[in-house]
Amino acid sequence: MTTAGGTITNLAKSQQPPGGVLTRLDVKKVRQDFPILRQMVYGKPLVYLDNAATSQKPQAVIDAVTRYYLAENSNVHRGVHFLSEVATQAYEGVRGKVREFLNAAQDREIVFVRGTTEGINLVAQSYGRAFLKAGDEIIVSGMEHHSNIVPWQLVCEATGAVLRVIPITDAGEVDLEAYEKLLNARTRLVAIVHVSNVLGTINPVKQMIAMARRWDARVLVDGAQAAPHLPVDVRDLDCDFYVFSGHKLLGPTGIGILCGKAALLERMPPYQAGGDMISTVTFEKTRYNTIPYKFEAGTPHIEGVIGLGAAIDYLRGIGLERIGTYEGELLAYGTAALSAIPGLRLIGTAREKASVLSFVLEEAHAHDVGTILDREGVAIRAGHHCAMPLMQRFGIPATARASLAFYNTREEIDALVRALQKVKEIFG
Amino acid sequence: MSDLRDLYQEVLLDHNRRPRNFQKLESANRTAEGYNPLCGDQITVYLKLEGDVIRDISFQGSGCAISKSAASMMTASLKGKTRAEAEALFEKFHGMVTGKSDPQAAAEGLGKLVVFAGVCEFPIRVKCATLPWHTLHAALEGKGEPVSTE
Repeated sequence: MTTAGGTITNLAKSQQPPGGVLTRLDVKKVRQDFPILRQMVYGKPLVYLDNAATSQKPQAVIDAVTRYYLAENSNVHRGVHFLSEVATQAYEGVRGKVREFLNAAQDREIVFVRGTTEGINLVAQSYGRAFLKAGDEIIVSGMEHHSNIVPWQLVCEATGAVLRVIPITDAGEVDLEAYEKLLNARTRLVAIVHVSNVLGTINPVKQMIAMARRWDARVLVDGAQAAPHLPVDVRDLDCDFYVFSGHKLLGPTGIGILCGKAALLERMPPYQAGGDMISTVTFEKTRYNTIPYKFEAGTPHIEGVIGLGAAIDYLRGIGLERIGTYEGELLAYGTAALSAIPGLRLIGTAREKASVLSFVLEEAHAHDVGTILDREGVAIRAGHHCAMPLMQRFGIPATARASLAFYNTREEIDALVRALQKVKEIFG
Repeated sequence: MSDLRDLYQEVLLDHNRRPRNFQKLESANRTAEGYNPLCGDQITVYLKLEGDVIRDISFQGSGCAISKSAASMMTASLKGKTRAEAEALFEKFHGMVTGKSDPQAAAEGLGKLVVFAGVCEFPIRVKCATLPWHTLHAALEGKGEPVSTE
């Protein structure tokens, strides 16, 4: 492997070189791993810029899921037979991969859930209802996804706790001074997004967690948009809960991770009840299983877990630092290209940003932009992105959002810009 | 590009740029709100109903070119119509934009509203075109609850 701008051989299998010298990401080679990207839509090459909604899947993930059904399919944790043993090992093996991926302390801190939404709901319903009481305060930020707002509103309704909101600056950053003022002895929990799905802002979560610690408050980090783009180290962050979704990270839908500190998970009551989450059941008294199984009632999404394991292997094979460097360059290129379009306003101009470009056009509503771009083969998202309070903060009904991944190219940004010219032709 | 031009016809773009009856109607005796929760489109329809006749109609709100022009052209075509005529027009319009009715039969009696015929080629935009009409329907029914496309 060469280290100075040369080609990378065996990219998906290669590890990052020691000593921190990174080879450039070879995007042409990477794209070959994603069969879906080869297709045409409306007679034009697909330009997939909706990665914040869901990522595409590399062949390695598709193969892992197929292999599971071809040769390994069986229920886990139950059978005494060969296949069940194989499936259980594959399933539990992924727990270890996720632990390494997040640098969590122990495998048992990794709970398989359906996605970020379920992870947050689990913490809200289990931790929130058991440990919060009337007058306690939960802090969220003004840039949260609905899935990190509504679960806490339910907890507030049930317990009498109060929701407090950190305001957002015009650039789309959390107002840290206001956050400092919101924190007090009643603050029991802070739920904050790591990377905003609308603004792309990378929040200073490590600093925010340290600030919450001074008041002995627990912190949940919504990592749905962060885990696919930046290295995450939960022990360095010192968060209590970290959640993310598999499908935004090259994996299948319906699988996600809740990573929680063991001491907390152990004290929390079960979220759902059923098979696998018990140790003994009698009609008089049921004993719950140990963590993480206490939170995994019923037959799990085995294929999803195995696919997620393959996705993590693939992602680590390329390396999140290399991905971050490439996406950073692409973001800079896209920011410059879009900023040059008259009448286009970028929403979200934080100093620390992941590869999300949200914008509004003077002459056309985001939906009309989305429809016209679609016919040019360019897939973006248009709407409020499940962040209606954030839209209200910026005084806009909706944005168009191009969200980039490491398999996107500068040529695709150029295609986006050309498609935006079509919008101007029609609406001009 | 041709199907996009079929969708975004000049008449429609003109109503988007300069929506007609785009204000609150002070004399309204019926109003209803409509939302498209998927995209955040929001509309309020104001009606002045005299007996069975729509004497005046207006709207306010925010939305895409399809929903805004649909609202504008709806208000322009309903003044002086009876409730029954308005509901019948909605039915025809709905049949046309969802592609459920025969295009020629659907176009009959719709007048200028035929510019929305192109919407049926864009299924996810059907809700944009029908939101104003669903809201009108709610206003005519006198329901207090906001209507939603979902």
